[in-house]
Amino acid sequence: MRETKAFQKIYTRITQITKATCSLQAEDVGYEELASINGRLAQVVKIMGDHVTLQVFGGTEGIPSNAEVMFFGHPPTIKVGEDLAGRFFNAFGEPIDGGPEVEGEERETGGPSVNPVRRKQPSELITTGIAGIDLNNTIVTGQKIPFFSDPDQPYNQVMAMVALRAEADKIILGGMGLTNDDYLFYKNVFDNAGALDRIISFVNTTENPPVERLLVPDMALTAAEYFAVEKNEKVLVLLTDMTLYADALSIVSNRMDQIPSKDSMPGSLYSDLARIYEKAVQFPEGGSITIIAVTTISGGDITHAIPDNTGYITEGQLFLRRDSDIGKVIVDPFRSLSRLKQLVIGKKTREDHPQVMNAAIRLFADAANAKTKLENGFDLTHYDERTLHFAKEYSEQLLAIDVNMNVDAMLNTAWKLFERHFKPAEVSIREELVNKYWVKEH
Amino acid sequence: MSAAQNYTAGKITGIIANLVIVEVDGPVSQNEICFIQSESVKLMAEVIKVNDNKAYVQVFESTRGLKPGTLVEFTGAMLEVTLGPGLLSRNYDGLQHNLNTMEGLFLKKGDYTRALDEDCIWPFKPVVKAGDVVQAGDFLGETIENQVRHRIMVPFKFEDRYTVKMVAEEGEYEAGNTIAVLTDRKNNEFDITMIQKWPVKLAVRSYREKPRPFKLLETKIRTIDTLNPIVEGGTGFIPGPFGSGKTVLQHAISKQADADVVIIAACGERANEVVEIFAEFPKLDDPRTGRKLMERTIIIANTSNMPVASREASVYTAMTIGEYYRSMGLKVLLLADSTSRWAQALREMSNRMEELPGPDGFPVDLPAIISNFYSRAGYVYLNNGETGSITFIGTVSPAGGNLKEPVTESTKKAARCFYALSQQRADSKRYPAIDPIESYSKYIEYPELQEYLAKHVSEDWVGKVMQVRNILIRGKEAAEQINILGDDGVPMDYHQILWKAEVIDFVILQQDAFDEIDRSTPMERQHYMLDKVLEVYHTDFSFESFEEVNPFFKRIINSFRQMNYAVFRSDDFNRHEKELHNIIEERKTA
Ligand SMILES: Nc1ncnc2c1ncn2[C@@H]1O[C@H](COP(=O)(O)OP(=O)(O)OP(=O)(O)O)[C@@H](O)[C@H]1O
Ligand SMILES: [Mg+2]
Repeated sequence: MRETKAFQKIYTRITQITKATCSLQAEDVGYEELASINGRLAQVVKIMGDHVTLQVFGGTEGIPSNAEVMFFGHPPTIKVGEDLAGRFFNAFGEPIDGGPEVEGEERETGGPSVNPVRRKQPSELITTGIAGIDLNNTIVTGQKIPFFSDPDQPYNQVMAMVALRAEADKIILGGMGLTNDDYLFYKNVFDNAGALDRIISFVNTTENPPVERLLVPDMALTAAEYFAVEKNEKVLVLLTDMTLYADALSIVSNRMDQIPSKDSMPGSLYSDLARIYEKAVQFPEGGSITIIAVTTISGGDITHAIPDNTGYITEGQLFLRRDSDIGKVIVDPFRSLSRLKQLVIGKKTREDHPQVMNAAIRLFADAANAKTKLENGFDLTHYDERTLHFAKEYSEQLLAIDVNMNVDAMLNTAWKLFERHFKPAEVSIREELVNKYWVKEH
Repeated sequence: MSAAQNYTAGKITGIIANLVIVEVDGPVSQNEICFIQSESVKLMAEVIKVNDNKAYVQVFESTRGLKPGTLVEFTGAMLEVTLGPGLLSRNYDGLQHNLNTMEGLFLKKGDYTRALDEDCIWPFKPVVKAGDVVQAGDFLGETIENQVRHRIMVPFKFEDRYTVKMVAEEGEYEAGNTIAVLTDRKNNEFDITMIQKWPVKLAVRSYREKPRPFKLLETKIRTIDTLNPIVEGGTGFIPGPFGSGKTVLQHAISKQADADVVIIAACGERANEVVEIFAEFPKLDDPRTGRKLMERTIIIANTSNMPVASREASVYTAMTIGEYYRSMGLKVLLLADSTSRWAQALREMSNRMEELPGPDGFPVDLPAIISNFYSRAGYVYLNNGETGSITFIGTVSPAGGNLKEPVTESTKKAARCFYALSQQRADSKRYPAIDPIESYSKYIEYPELQEYLAKHVSEDWVGKVMQVRNILIRGKEAAEQINILGDDGVPMDYHQILWKAEVIDFVILQQDAFDEIDRSTPMERQHYMLDKVLEVYHTDFSFESFEEVNPFFKRIINSFRQMNYAVFRSDDFNRHEKELHNIIEERKTA
């Protein structure tokens, strides 16, 4: 990152050091300005008179009270340009792929928001081949949606698959607390798919200090804005794992003695996360930023402050879980939701899409009730038995994430399953559609 | 009214996020607006605490780059909105800056566009004459705004009585032209234009009386109008976990409700949801007038990525504009999504000021702030006997979906209708997910409303509604028993009552907000359908075994739903109704 200021004054007396912050007396410092402390990057988070508090991204281990402090005179920046494509960077935007520094226009990260009246309503379908997404939780360009997943589910694999099938002009990976293995996994998958030239990565691995992660989303999204606004490109931003990002926020706020709110998260967590996710946008000129994130949750608990605040911000969530009946990972139809699906289903997809989707989920819910009955030792009705058969086939032929087909094929499969197990009245779909799509014989 | 004054100035001495501490050289008042003279632009801020010669101000912008020592100028005024013709169909930010006239794709700091055009021309027709005695809120004349009769009133700030000295003749005038001259008791003259200002934190009180509300406000949403009705001038709130349907429900109400003016405050929620309104409302017809919905709508957009400090301002801005239109004798519907974001903004600030926190870190006066806000809604008799109303419905986003939290609890004390969205109903896609048993409307207990319903819907309406509630409760109990004892462990009656309650659920409660026809059910049709499901309830059916119950009622529900999807009393509707009767006949016991 650029270090510029006409006369660089060097301070050498730090008055306070905590695990994440340093304080000193300094003059003419701007709020959110960057500084370096013995070469470590830091940012102004509080000014009281001539007393300035800095958040140190690399952590404060080993920083002496006489460390050299220099202020840069500007907030975090990134150089943007076509050259970003195909490159791997750390959280500070420095190349980690052995390549040269990127040339381009320097921009502040975490810049202003798009005026809401200048946005366009998202309406362009993103297809992934996965029925748990395309059929039940259709996503569109300009949407923001996370995977909610227990740490043991293959969320990085699913995300890489979705990214490659999504037909984006650019894929920007923001890795926060990625294990080195997962980082190399992404690199390999993108490489093998021959997609490296449209990938840009900003990566903080578990080997890097946690507070550095705080820079990653802004870096990724500022780059995304460049391609979406200047080049009218469809940009897909992958953020994994946002839970580790939120953890880093809580580290800093705790060190600054702020009163924590629920689950020791800062009271501003909602605004902090919203600032990131709201960068997702569809522009009228065709460019868009779509954000697909990962929020790991523990033991399926979505009431924890991180998934809870995320759910209140994003446009739905995709819940990954293992279906014990078929032994495969599925996108859970009950707890998953895409809120923008109604903008495209039945409009950009076949007319029967909304009703087929709802009917199948309703029947799947009936099967879940039947299963509970069975577990409680009660007899099943004939209808209950049929729902159980239906549910298994629905899981296997549609919900499993290894299924890959187009939306029409998904709809046809669903009608076939309805017909095999139920009568039209039990499915409760609008009459005209039943007349048109109910397969009489096959 | 105002003499030239020297306002206080100051210098920044501290910055923590959007809280800035200013050392001042003179008097400042609580909630006074000031402008920070940062490098190229002036940033607006509001005083939220004064301590000695230090003013704590919340900045309505990002404070990035601000430095200590920067000059701050105070204005002597509180945060005010500009009121006059031309507000309808505008899109404002939380501080009433016009979003459409801002330049560029991105919001720029300090780009404070004007709320109204002073040089826009309006037709004016006087309704007073020289010599008339008037007071604040009295009509001086009227103009036509998007075909709504817009009254030009004596400004709300005018205390005491005034005599009309001059009033303009009927004709076309710029909003900023003088259309009347008033004199006070001491013969001081005041020029009146079509535009006035009012501080948002203060309630407009230029009406004669605020009675208990008594008129049903039709929302065309069955589970509200039939089961838990809201009234003109009433208050309600919608708490629910994320994704349970708060916003969809509010949007449905805003499109269908029987109101003259609709004000939507998008407070700290998603930008795409506001874009949806921008995209849809100019195309949708207002069911009452046949004109476009946008023509009766004002949007205050302060989405979650816009400055946090203006979230609080945004709901007050919306309420004050609502009070302005109510004072003209109009029926205003005000919606805020989500009031929890506003409470969170208060919490962030109180935290930064290191105030002693109340429950969950919220400021201790949160309940007072909320009830004060809700109390500004209501039905009023104006000084001239005309009536106006503000109906307010806010959403609440409880952390973890748990209703035992300060914002929900405080709001419950302030609002009279409680529409609790249930996670379970949302999960099983039973939309709208309003829990029929937990939710309530206090208004249905008002004799005034009962009388109104008896007269306008039907004599025995309230009795029927109570009966429906009762059936739902019994259905729920039956379901619990069946869960415990098993299908064959309970008498057949349990299966019947369970399914009769399901019929009510599927036919009356559930309503598809995205279906052209189903989404909006006028009261007449609600009445008709309620009678139909009660007919099913009152019929005894015979079954050989419980296995027959489920498929039979599924067919009944299916026919009913086809009716809901058909145009009322159309051929299709009648055909499905006939089909329904045939199914009923199959098992009806003599
Ligand atoms: N009446 C309805 N009919 C059909 N679908 C609905 C209905 N209400 C809600 N939904 C579905 O639920 C989704 C979420 O609804 P909504 O956005 O209103 O939730 P919310 O309670 O406002 O959530 P948040 O607190 O996160 O803003 C919608 O996108 C839609 O798919
Ligand atoms: Mg919402």
